[in-house]
Order: sequence, then structure tokens, then C-alpha cells
Amino acid sequence: MKNALSLKFHGLTKRSFRWDEVLSDFLVRFFALIPIAALAFIMMKIIAKGSGAITWEFLTQAPSQGMMHGGIFPCIFGTLAITLLMILMALPLGVAAAIYLTEYAGKGLLFRVIRAAVNNLAGVPSIVFGLFGVGFFILFVGRNLDAVLKTGMLFGQPCMLWAAATLAVLVLPVIIVATEEALNTVPQSQRAASLALGATKWQTIWNIVLPQARGGILTGAILSISRGAGETAPILFTGCAYFLPRLPVVNLFGFIPMINPFDQFMELSYHIFIMATQSLDAVKTLPIQYGTTLVLISLTFLLNLTAILFRVHFRKKMGTVTV
Amino acid sequence: MEIKILNSGKTLRVNQDQDLSSNTTKILVRDLEMFYGPVRALHGIDMEIKEKAVTALIGPSGCGKSTFLRTLNRMNDTIPGARIHGTVLIDDVNIYSPEVNVAVLRRMVGMVFQKQNPFPKSIFDNIAYGPRLHGVIDKAVLEHIVEESLKKAALWNEVKDRLQTGALELSGGQQQRLCIARVLAVNPEIILMDEPASALDPLSTAKIEELIYELRKNYTIVIVTHNMQQAARVSDFTAYFYMGSLVEFGLTKDVFTNPLKKETEDYITGRFG
Ligand SMILES: Nc1ncnc2c1ncn2[C@@H]1O[C@H](COP(=O)(O)OP(=O)(O)O)[C@@H](O)[C@H]1O
Ligand SMILES: [Mg+2]
Repeated sequence: MKNALSLKFHGLTKRSFRWDEVLSDFLVRFFALIPIAALAFIMMKIIAKGSGAITWEFLTQAPSQGMMHGGIFPCIFGTLAITLLMILMALPLGVAAAIYLTEYAGKGLLFRVIRAAVNNLAGVPSIVFGLFGVGFFILFVGRNLDAVLKTGMLFGQPCMLWAAATLAVLVLPVIIVATEEALNTVPQSQRAASLALGATKWQTIWNIVLPQARGGILTGAILSISRGAGETAPILFTGCAYFLPRLPVVNLFGFIPMINPFDQFMELSYHIFIMATQSLDAVKTLPIQYGTTLVLISLTFLLNLTAILFRVHFRKKMGTVTV
Repeated sequence: MEIKILNSGKTLRVNQDQDLSSNTTKILVRDLEMFYGPVRALHGIDMEIKEKAVTALIGPSGCGKSTFLRTLNRMNDTIPGARIHGTVLIDDVNIYSPEVNVAVLRRMVGMVFQKQNPFPKSIFDNIAYGPRLHGVIDKAVLEHIVEESLKKAALWNEVKDRLQTGALELSGGQQQRLCIARVLAVNPEIILMDEPASALDPLSTAKIEELIYELRKNYTIVIVTHNMQQAARVSDFTAYFYMGSLVEFGLTKDVFTNPLKKETEDYITGRFG
């Protein structure tokens, strides 16, 4: 203690050397490196062990022989299909909610309640969404729809529709927050100019505000896709299939192939999960696990990259707006 | 004509003498009060704005000029907590009565803002925005409107060869004239301008002033300015606002040479504000 004090006082005249500074400097740098190191380690391991599994057959074939052989094409297809359905549901809903919050709601009680709800929704564990999906979508909405429409067991069972709906609820906060931010960056003077020309509020939002917020909204949409695409828990009970080598596709009018939202589906992250936990010989399936993980990560990475490119593109384009 | 401003020694060019007494009243404001929440921003304003003349609103900043201007096209409606009492009659219609269509009103009463605010679209699309909103889709008609509006706003010659380029590539002064053209394209009868030249260089300012002088032949113009010379140069009538009240209102040449109130005189001669 005495030593430290004297050091501190001598610091005025001597070259400054403070242990606390040096230590904190080191620690801050060290902690900052941890996530980078962790990411690098994970990526390297996955690439090293997974790239061997990636073959043309792996990417285009269905699993076979107790899922020890063949490929993961149904999982890739299922992941893309469910993500597409998810964004088709989540984007209009999320954008509408954000428009309401920024353009219509005052800053009163209702606004604050909705805001708080959105923030809390973002913090709910994903398994809770899964249970919510079963309870709300399948048992409540689905069963009641079947009862009313007399459709037997069409809606009241796990299928891609409800899995996508559950994922849509999960990513809703991402879209709402991103869209709100995008709408708020559109200068008020732009709205004023439009309104003063005799545009209604909706005409102004549609023609002036949304086009200028497009970049931010698309970025939010893509981020929400990459968030939703990797989730397992929400789809666990709501539509995911353990093994379903055929694709969830129907032929509309007999000849237009279309994703069948009432079918179950295989999915990449769920496939990794069952390969790791349910397989008879988990060690033998390790290459498949790594290969599937590599495909999933590459897909997510690609989406994030697209989001970044979008943002750069639109920022450049909008950079010249005078406020 | 040149006038001497009171005893300040400054001289100003003022609009040529014209008989404005025959002009009919376009806007009649009676006992207008305006509140931002609990705060009263305008106190019992009475004013008669003549058709096809330029009325300038002057006064120190924060005195309510912009607030008053926005009551004339109901842009205050967009401000949360804004309330209004009293009447504003345009062509004898109370614009605050419930059956008035605000969108139609704002088309009739155009507005040019302090800071030029073109849309990040092409020059053509900026001008065509208003007409398109109101149902014009024929390309030839739109082209005609765009050309006419740009000509009236004295911008045609500068941009006629590049109508498809972005409006944001124009200079500040050109952008402001584009905003004026955008307003003219919806065929208004009244044009409100809130310090339209305050962000521009002297040359662009002169162009805008010339333009205002041209436009007054066909439009009723109400302009806010904090520039006394500008008010004297471009306006037929001048209204002096102070702390939310209309202190003095009359022909510009009278207000500048022979104000009725001591406060007006102090403000105009620069002893205050
Ligand atoms: N949106 C607003 N909300 C609350 N008060 C406002 C708002 N706009 C203006 N005010 C207040 O009203 C008064 C008049 O402002 P304004 O009309 O902008 O004055 P001017 O244009 O003459 O400078 C000022 O005291 C200002 O603070
Ligand atoms: Mg102002």
C-alpha cells in the first residue's frame, strides 16, 4: 500500500508508469480478443472437420440407411422454405407495427406498453416460443379452425405453417426495431414537404417515408432471417420432422410445384441436434454433423453479408439527402 | 421607388406604388389563438390578407411568425398537442370547420420551407409528385405541368436538359426554386414561404426575390422573413409580430416610413431585435 502511494506521488516528476493503467489496458485488450478467438476456433474446427463431408451428393441427396449415409438436401430445402414462409408473415406484420409506433401512436401510455412488450418479446427464451407455438397456433388456432371449417386434422397438427408462424413471432422484435430505426432516420422535413402538397398521411408514408427507409427495413429483414434460420427450439414441436426424405411440396393444379405449408419438414439445425443426440452411433455421424453445421453457418453468413452490403449500398444512396 | 427609413439614414427600394385597395381579401383571420399544449403561441390575431399581393411577416425570432404561417394551411395539425381557437377564412370558407378536406386545402395553400427539402428523386419526379398524388397519370400532361412549373419558378433553362437527374445534385438555391416549382405544380392560389432564402447565398436570394416579385401577379403570397430589406423589397403589406401578437399591420411603405407604434419603429430601425 505504502509502495503504491509513493509510486503515485513520484509519478508527477518521474516518467509516468502506473500499474493500474498497464493492467487495465492489458485486460481490456485480452477480453476483447476472447470473442474473436472463440469465433476463430469454432470456425476453424467446423471448416476442418466439416468440409470433408461436403460433396455434391451431400448437398443434393436425401439421407438414407438410417440417416448414416446420403445427404441433407431435404434439410436445406426445409430451412429455406420455412425461412421464406417466416419472412412472408413477419415482415408485413413487423413493418406495420413499426409504422404504427413511429407514425401514428403518440408517445403516450399505449406506445410505452407496446414498446415494452416488443423489448420483452426479444428477451423471451426460444423454447418458450416453441411451447407457445404448440399451445397457441396448433392447439388453439389450428384445432378451432379445423372445427369451424370442418377440415378434420388439417390445421390442428404440427406443420410448416405453424413452425414458420412461431419463428415469425420470434423475429418480430428484430424487424420492428430495425424498421422503427429506419423510419426515424427519414427527416421530418420530407414528411412535411409531402403533406404540404396535399398528400394524406398514408400517401406520405407510402410514397416518401417507406422508399427512403427501404434499406434499413431490408437490412432488418435479412438479419431476422439469419436469426430465425438457425433456431431449433421454436420448431421442435411445431412442425419439424425427424426423418422425411421426400420434400414438403405439392403440385398446385397438378403441375405447379409449391411449398406445402401443411406438410412437415426437415431442417438443418434440428438435423444437427438429432444427429448428435438421437443417433445410434453419434461418433460415426460426426462428419455429417460437422458438414450440416458448415452448411448452416455458411447460409447464415451469406445472409449477414447480404445485409451488410444492402446497408452500405443504401447508405451511399441516401448519403446525399439534405435534411 | 426609394424610401428613407425614418431617421435611421438607411434607404430601401420598395415596390412601385400600386393601387392595392381594389384587391379583394383572400384570407381573413379573426381572433386567432394558437396553443402548443398549455403554452399560448398566438394571441388574438386579426388580419386581412389581400389577393395577389405579397404580405411579409416580420418580427424577432420566436415571436410566432412560423406558427401563424402554419395556421393558414393547417400544418400545425401535424404537431402533437397543437390547438387552435378563432377562425381563418379563405375565400369566405372557414378552413377549420369540420367539413374541410385538409388535403385539398393544402393543395390550394402551398408551402415553401425554410430549408429546401426536395425529395431524393429526379427533378421530374419531384415536380410530378403533387400532380400524380391528385390523379394525373397521363405522361404528356405531366410533362407539360413539369415544364410550366419549372418555367414559372425560373429554373427551366438551368435544368431542361437533365430532368431525370437527382434533385439533390442541384445547388441550394436551385433546390429551393425546385421546391417552389413543386408547389406551383399543384396549382395553388396561395403560397406560404417560411424564410425561403435564409439558408441561401446573396445571389440565390436575389433570384428568389425576383421570383416572388413575378409570382405575385398570379398568386397570393405570405412570406416570413427576418430580413428587413427583403420585406421592404418584396412585399406590399407588412405585419409586425411580437411575442405572439400582431403589433402592426399595413402597407409596407407605411409600416416602414411611418409606423403607428413605437415598438415597430424600434424594430425596423434596428434599435431592437
Ligand atoms: N412544435 C412546437 N412545439 C412547441 N412549441 C413550439 C413549437 N414550434 C414553435 N413553438 C414555440 O412557439 C413560439 C413561436 O415560435 P415560431 O412560430 O417558430 O417563431 P418564429 O417563426 O417567429 O421564430 C416559440 O416560443 C416557440 O418556442
Ligand atoms: Mg420561424
